[in-house]
Amino acid sequence: MGKQNKIYLILFALAVFSLPFFLRNNYHLMVLNISALNILVVIGLNLLMGFAGQISLGHAAFFGLGAYLSGILTTTYGFPIWPTVLLAMAFTAGVAFAIGIPTLRLEGHYLVMATLGFNVIVYIVMLQLEPVTGGPSGFAGIPRLAWSGFAFDSDRKVYYLLWAVSIGALLLSLNLIHSRVGRAMAALRQNEIAARCAGIDTEAYKVKIFVLSAVMASLAGSLYAHYITFISPGTFSFFYSLQVVTMVLVGGMGSLWGSVFGAFLLTLLPEALHAVKEYNVLVYGLILMGVLVFFPHGLLTGIAGIMRKREKDLPGGEERSRA
Amino acid sequence: MSLWLQIFQFTLSGLTTGSTYALVAIGFSLIHNATGIVNFAQGEFVMLGGMFMITFYTFLRLPMVLAFVLTICCVAAVGFLLERGPVNRARSKEILILVMVTVGASISIKGLSMMIWGKNPMTLPSFSGENPLLFLGAAIMPQSIWIFGITIFAVIALSYFFRGTMAGKAMRAVAASRRTALLSGIPVDRMILLSFSLSGALGAVAGIILTPMTTTSYDVGVMMGLKGFSAAILGGYGSMAGAVIGGLLLGVLESLGAGLVSSEYKDALAFLILLIVLFFKPTGILGKGSFKRV
Repeated sequence: MGKQNKIYLILFALAVFSLPFFLRNNYHLMVLNISALNILVVIGLNLLMGFAGQISLGHAAFFGLGAYLSGILTTTYGFPIWPTVLLAMAFTAGVAFAIGIPTLRLEGHYLVMATLGFNVIVYIVMLQLEPVTGGPSGFAGIPRLAWSGFAFDSDRKVYYLLWAVSIGALLLSLNLIHSRVGRAMAALRQNEIAARCAGIDTEAYKVKIFVLSAVMASLAGSLYAHYITFISPGTFSFFYSLQVVTMVLVGGMGSLWGSVFGAFLLTLLPEALHAVKEYNVLVYGLILMGVLVFFPHGLLTGIAGIMRKREKDLPGGEERSRA
Repeated sequence: MSLWLQIFQFTLSGLTTGSTYALVAIGFSLIHNATGIVNFAQGEFVMLGGMFMITFYTFLRLPMVLAFVLTICCVAAVGFLLERGPVNRARSKEILILVMVTVGASISIKGLSMMIWGKNPMTLPSFSGENPLLFLGAAIMPQSIWIFGITIFAVIALSYFFRGTMAGKAMRAVAASRRTALLSGIPVDRMILLSFSLSGALGAVAGIILTPMTTTSYDVGVMMGLKGFSAAILGGYGSMAGAVIGGLLLGVLESLGAGLVSSEYKDALAFLILLIVLFFKPTGILGKGSFKRV
C-alpha cells in the first residue's frame, strides 16, 4: 500500500469516526450504517470484477446466506453470536468454492449465470421454507451483537463497529492489491493468457478471489442480521445483486476508493429519491444507464477526466497538468 | 386421473410455456451472436409485448390482427432505440459494460411501464374461446394451440430468413466473424441494429401469445428474461436449434417438477437445472466446446 493510500485511509477514518458527533438523527445514522455494510460487500465484489475480471450476480445470495445462517442458528438454536458469524462465513466460502470451481475454469461469463441461478434458488428457498426461515413475513427476534458484556444496542454504537469493520476490509483489500497476489490479479485482468504464460495460476486465483468476495458478503449479511434484528427475503433478491454490481461500476471497476464512493452514493440516492417516490425505479435505471454510457470507468474517474480536460483547455493549463 | 395421463398433461402445458421460453431464448442468441453481449432487457420485451397488445386490443379496440402487428412494430422499435441509444452511444465497448447498460435499460423500461400501465396485473382474452379441447385424454386450451402454432411459424420464418435471404446470411456472417464480415462489405452496424429489432419483435410475439394464459404486469420481465436465458444456456448458447430445444425442455421439466414435486419450488427448479447443466456440460445440449487460439 502506497504512502498516499495510507494518508487517505487515516483521513477517511478520522472523518468517518467524527461524523456521529454532528448527527442527531438516528435515521441518518442508520442509513450510514447500511452504507458501511454495502461498502463491505462492494469492496469484495470489486476485487472480483476489477481484478479477476468476473461478474457475480449472486452476491445477494451470499449476503443472505450470512444473514439467515447467523439469524436462524443464534435465534432458533441458541448458538453464540460471534462463532456463528464465522461459521456462516465458512459455510458461504464452501458454497462459493463449489460454484466457482466448475464455472471459473471456462472461458466467458459462466459465473454470471451460475451465480444468478444460485441467487434465485436461495431466494425461493428463503420464501418457501417457512418453518425454518419464516417465509415471506421474515424472521424476527435476532439477538443484537455484544462483546463481553458491551451490547451494540443503538444505531450510534453499531455505527463504530460497522465502520471499523468496513474500513478494516478496505485496509486489507488495499494491502492485498498492492501485494504479490494483487499484481498477479492485475496481470490476469489485463491478459489472462499472458498471465498464465508468466506462470500465474489464473484459475486458482480466480476461485480464491471469488471465495474471498463471497465471504465478505456473508460477513456483511451476518452483521446486518444482528444489527436490524429482522430479516426478510426481499432484501436478498436478485435486485440487491444488481445494486451492488451497479455500485462497483459507478465507483469504477478496479478502484477500491471508487467502490467506497459508489456504495455510499447509491445507498444515499434512494433516500434522496423518496421525494419522487413513483419515479424512483425509473430514475435509478436511468442513472445506472447514464453513468455506464458516459463514464464507463466510474463517476470519479470520469469527472476527474473532465476536470483535467478543462484545465488543459485553459491558457497555460498544459504545463500545470504536467507538473 | 392416472399418473401417465397426468404426466402427459403436464408435458403438454410445459411445452406451451416452453415455446415462449424458446422465443425469448432465440432473442438472446440473436443479440449474442451479433454483439457478444447478453441483453438483460430481453424479458422486458416480453412484458412490453403483452402491455402494448392490451393497450391496442383491449383499450383502443383495434382488430386483433392489426393490434398484433402494431405491437410487434412497437416493441421492435424499442429494441431499435435500445441499440441506437445507450448501447451504441456507450463510450466503452467492453462487453461487461454493455451488459450492464442493458441491465440499466431493463430497470428503466420496467419503471416507465409501471408509470404508464400501473401496478395491477392485466390480462388479454384468449384468441379463440376458453373451452378446452380433449387430446388423447388430456385437456388442451385453445390458446396453447395458438402458442404452438405461432412459435412454430416464427421458428420456420426465422430459419428461412437465415438461410434464404441476403440479410439473414449477412447476420450469420457477422455471428461467425465480425471482422471478416466487415471486410467483405457487410454493414455490421446495421446488422447489429437488425438483431436488436428482431429480438424485440420475438419478445413481443412471446408476450402477446403468453399473456392470455398467465396475465402480465410491469414486473414479469425479469423472471421471463431469466427463464429464456436459462433455456438458451440449456440448449447451447448462440444456437437457434439449441434455443428451441432448451426452451421446450425447460418448460417441460419445470411443469413436471411443479406438478409432481412441488409447485412452490417451480422457479427454483428451473435454475437448479441451469446449474446442473453448467457443471456437467457448460456448453449446453447442442453446444460444442470451442478452443481459443492464442
